[in-house]
Amino acid sequence: MSARFDIDAIRLDFPILHREVNGRPLVYLDNGATTQKPTTVIDAIDGYYRRQNSNVHRGVHTLSQEATTLFEQAREQARQFLGAAHAHEVLFTKGTTDSINLVASAFGQQFIKAGDEILISAMEHHANIVPWQMLCERTGAVLKVIDITPNGALDMASFGSLLNKKTKLLAISHVSNALGIINPVAEMIKQAHTMGAKVLVDGAQAAPHFAVDVQALDADFYTFSGHKVFGPTGIGILYGKEALLNAMPPYQGGGNMISKVTFAKTTYNELPHKFEPGTPNIAGGVGLSAALKYMQGLDSATLQAHEHTLLKTATEGLEQIAGINIIGTAPDKASVISFLLDGAHPFDVGTLLDQQGIAVRTGHHCCQPLMDYYQTPGTVRASFSLYNNVADVQAFLVATQRAADMLS
Amino acid sequence: MATINQIQDEIIEEFSFFDQWMDKYEYMIDLGKKLPLIDSAYKTDGHLIPGCQSQVWLHAESKDGLIHFSADSDAIITKGIIALLVRVLSGQSAQAISEADLYFIEEIGLSQHLSPTRSNGLVSMVQQMKQIGFSLASS
Repeated sequence: MSARFDIDAIRLDFPILHREVNGRPLVYLDNGATTQKPTTVIDAIDGYYRRQNSNVHRGVHTLSQEATTLFEQAREQARQFLGAAHAHEVLFTKGTTDSINLVASAFGQQFIKAGDEILISAMEHHANIVPWQMLCERTGAVLKVIDITPNGALDMASFGSLLNKKTKLLAISHVSNALGIINPVAEMIKQAHTMGAKVLVDGAQAAPHFAVDVQALDADFYTFSGHKVFGPTGIGILYGKEALLNAMPPYQGGGNMISKVTFAKTTYNELPHKFEPGTPNIAGGVGLSAALKYMQGLDSATLQAHEHTLLKTATEGLEQIAGINIIGTAPDKASVISFLLDGAHPFDVGTLLDQQGIAVRTGHHCCQPLMDYYQTPGTVRASFSLYNNVADVQAFLVATQRAADMLS
Repeated sequence: MATINQIQDEIIEEFSFFDQWMDKYEYMIDLGKKLPLIDSAYKTDGHLIPGCQSQVWLHAESKDGLIHFSADSDAIITKGIIALLVRVLSGQSAQAISEADLYFIEEIGLSQHLSPTRSNGLVSMVQQMKQIGFSLASS
């Protein structure tokens, strides 16, 4: 498929965009929570269940072989998407949260001991906080937190001062889910490696917006969720460097992950199967594959320019509304805006926007420590995706102005 | 004193005049703004019904066989809905509260705010109001 970017054609690819909410055309701006699915993804899942459904990696019969081929093609599609060297470095998980728990468990068991330090940042999602806290409780390791600056950017001086020879792992989001800030992960990985630390990048909010190259980044682990890149829920990807994955013990036991089982001793299968026990989410893999193919069929430079236009239009429009404060104003941002309205609770703003057909997220965005930093129970977050257009932004601005008028 | 169902019917009647969503929500915002619903002494963690989105505080007092509720929230629309719930249930007998069928919520088009999937504390608040009624009615 040749690269293309025609916003009107793209909108036709997503059937849900054409429904109404509360009597108005849907304006879906909750893409940070989950993205809508193009027809190709819906058809791929439908087609899989209609034509190939079977278990993978085991059957000699034709359906099983076809399903296995589709599932392994999905792995190859994800390898290309991330620029990984080998398909067996690409593991299927349930999603980003599952991936991080896998690393915290398996990497943690092998490489983390009492007194070691794990470094995260103040802007992390709970999924990139809690698994590390649990690991620290298990092992006696210490969790260290990189500060942020008032505009939402990571405090690189704080990072420099916290990184040391005891740091065994840096776990950092590529893009902040609550604020949309893009972190300088390439530079951070370089610095972490000089201290011998490994780096896990939470790419859940990056993969939907720009191309990722794990080899160029030199990331040790990189993870993202299928449902945030136009694929189905319940499937995600964990990339890990081959040598690291080989050195880690399995995360969960079961079928498929074994080489030989006896009651005396079980030996484990090779990558990637060692980390994929049980019947995987085959339809999810097939859907994800179609989603990644869809994204790879778009011109990424044009896509980024389009999302930048949406962000700029929305930001400038919000700045014209009295009482609006944008949280997270650092220059390097994905198409996400978090904001507060003076004197109004985010829930009230979100409710009035919903009445006008506008879907946004309100609340703490699973980032309570970050909300504590800004001393707010939550924010209103509008997150734009490739299928949003300038008309969506205009509708959002009109609706927000109306909500502000009603709540003033 | 009007019964729970008489008050519910009054509210349904009032809301029937709103044909625009804006009028309805402006009315609820107004209700939310007007009412200092709870004595600040009761706005404590002990009275807090935590929700993922907005918080609700609830206090109940029993006087002469009737239960009096006061409540508050940090979100104004939630507070408006609370004002309606307090209007319907406060000052009623424990028995009547525990048996109340709150059909007005559906009738005035606010059921989306009280569906179990909403994490605004309102569902827990209604459950707790009825629970208080139930435990006092059976004591």
